Amino acid sequence: MTTTVTTAVPAPSAPAKPAGPARERRRATLLRWCFVAPAALYMLAFFGYPLVRNILMSFQHYTPQTYFTGESPFNGLDNWRGVFDNPLFAQSLWHTLIFTFGSLLGQFVLGLALAVFFSRRFRLSGFVRAVLLLPWLVPMVVSAVVWRKLLDQETGVLNTLLMDLHLTSSAIPWLSSPNVALFAAILVNVWIGIPFNMVILYGGLQEIPRDLYEAAALDGAGAWRTFRSLTLPLLRPVVTVVLILGFMSTVKILDLILALTGGGPADSTQTLGTLTYQLSFQQLDFGQGAVVGNVLVLVSAVFAVLYLRANRSDFGQGK
Amino acid sequence: MTAVPTRALPVPGTPRRAGNTVIALAILVVLLFPLYWMLNIALQPGESLAATRWLPTSAGWDNFQRALSSQGGSLVTSLVVAVGAVVVCLALAAPAAYALAQFGMRSGRAIVFATLITQMVPGIVIANALYSAYVDLGLVNSTLGLILADASLGLPFSIVLLRAFMVSIPREVVEAALVDGANRFTAFVRIVLPMSRNALINAGLFTFLFAWSDFMFALTLNTTDDVKPITLSMYEYIGAHVSDWGAVMATAVVSAVPAAILLVVAQKYVAAGITGGSVK
Repeated sequence: MTTTVTTAVPAPSAPAKPAGPARERRRATLLRWCFVAPAALYMLAFFGYPLVRNILMSFQHYTPQTYFTGESPFNGLDNWRGVFDNPLFAQSLWHTLIFTFGSLLGQFVLGLALAVFFSRRFRLSGFVRAVLLLPWLVPMVVSAVVWRKLLDQETGVLNTLLMDLHLTSSAIPWLSSPNVALFAAILVNVWIGIPFNMVILYGGLQEIPRDLYEAAALDGAGAWRTFRSLTLPLLRPVVTVVLILGFMSTVKILDLILALTGGGPADSTQTLGTLTYQLSFQQLDFGQGAVVGNVLVLVSAVFAVLYLRANRSDFGQGK
Repeated sequence: MTAVPTRALPVPGTPRRAGNTVIALAILVVLLFPLYWMLNIALQPGESLAATRWLPTSAGWDNFQRALSSQGGSLVTSLVVAVGAVVVCLALAAPAAYALAQFGMRSGRAIVFATLITQMVPGIVIANALYSAYVDLGLVNSTLGLILADASLGLPFSIVLLRAFMVSIPREVVEAALVDGANRFTAFVRIVLPMSRNALINAGLFTFLFAWSDFMFALTLNTTDDVKPITLSMYEYIGAHVSDWGAVMATAVVSAVPAAILLVVAQKYVAAGITGGSVK
């Protein structure tokens, strides 16, 4: 029904161009803003305001009583000192970096391998590629819960499998040993992130002109040589996008870790994200929580700047 | 022919291709095993947890019944919140994307930049500031509050996606409607929106999924049990009933259903959505 409306409209009609007096043009500008303003205001409220507010909060003293009394006096650098003196902060920062880079490395390498593999033409390729997206689409909390069961020391199927195959002699305490838990969290996050990397890198591979490969083959380049000298350089812009977006989404992950380990055992999986949550919403010290949050934003921003610099040339082209 | 040239010539129907299919299926089995295992445990009556069988030979729905009876309300909450978030998100994103695509506003860069900024802001930082604002506004423990927060998860993405589509709508189509007496707004509603149907579905699907999957806003913006989406409910459930893995997994299966439906029903949109939303 609606489509008939659109097709019924005569396409090549000469629009009467109104000679624009200043008032007319002002009206037009105002109208444009009516379309953009709601979204812009919303973005300001839900992204801009929190950024500014967190900076302010990091200089305010919040206690569990604050929400009854409404009092949160400014306290200078107390929160910042409190956070930086807390040994857990340095630990969390370190865990965040290990978690982020470990995840990125695993996701990217496996995602790229799959993208290259699926660029071959074979039966069911499209179907398998589509179904492989599931881990990325399933809510992260669900994945975390499922993996909690898979990695369970006593009843987890991973240990059963490893022991049946005689790869280990005893059950590995994936989530209950401080030495292994962060690695286990990385493992799960790699699993979640593979599809995202695969899809975007696959798209990038499709855009590389095929005749370049034919030329390389004629020149007698082998598979590895072609990959290194042709595929990787041409894929570079897409690789930048994947890595930076991956970084920004991984560095702030909260749900996965909360549901998988809750930050434990013995704070071994505590990251800047979980620490912010703990300080703000469990200890109700929103001021110190804001400090850690600001550090998290800062870490993210540094990488965003790198991204902007790397993509300055094709910036704003949309798709 | 292939991304990595191989020695063999790409002759249709050679065994090499069948080999690739076998490898692909093996990859599928390995990577989707966790999800299979979730389904497997959910279908097994939980008499002996130490020895979960590899196949749910005596499949039953007991776990699902237990899960649904205790989490049914949360599923409804999630549904309401996710649908609400889609409505809010599209209502904001569509006009903005249209204006940016068609009014010749030189804001392409600004949009990309804004989306980038939003991805930079960690959710927990938003929650931190939003919580106190919500307390003042009386939005804590309210469905509306959660809908508004969750809409933010899909908005930047939707604007980018819709703008990319609306750029391709010929301006003459809209201008013709204007000549016929429509104003900018009715032209937008009558002409542009119907033409953008697929892009709107795409953006809406993703926003639904983001909101459905949301855990952090559910966790931080609710202090009572009044508004408890399924993600939060499941999180609390594993805290209290960690031994009843059958029911936990049944809940997990149910919470993963929208993702599965999305994949089956809207398969062609999904990959396009991920790449389109990734802001090149």
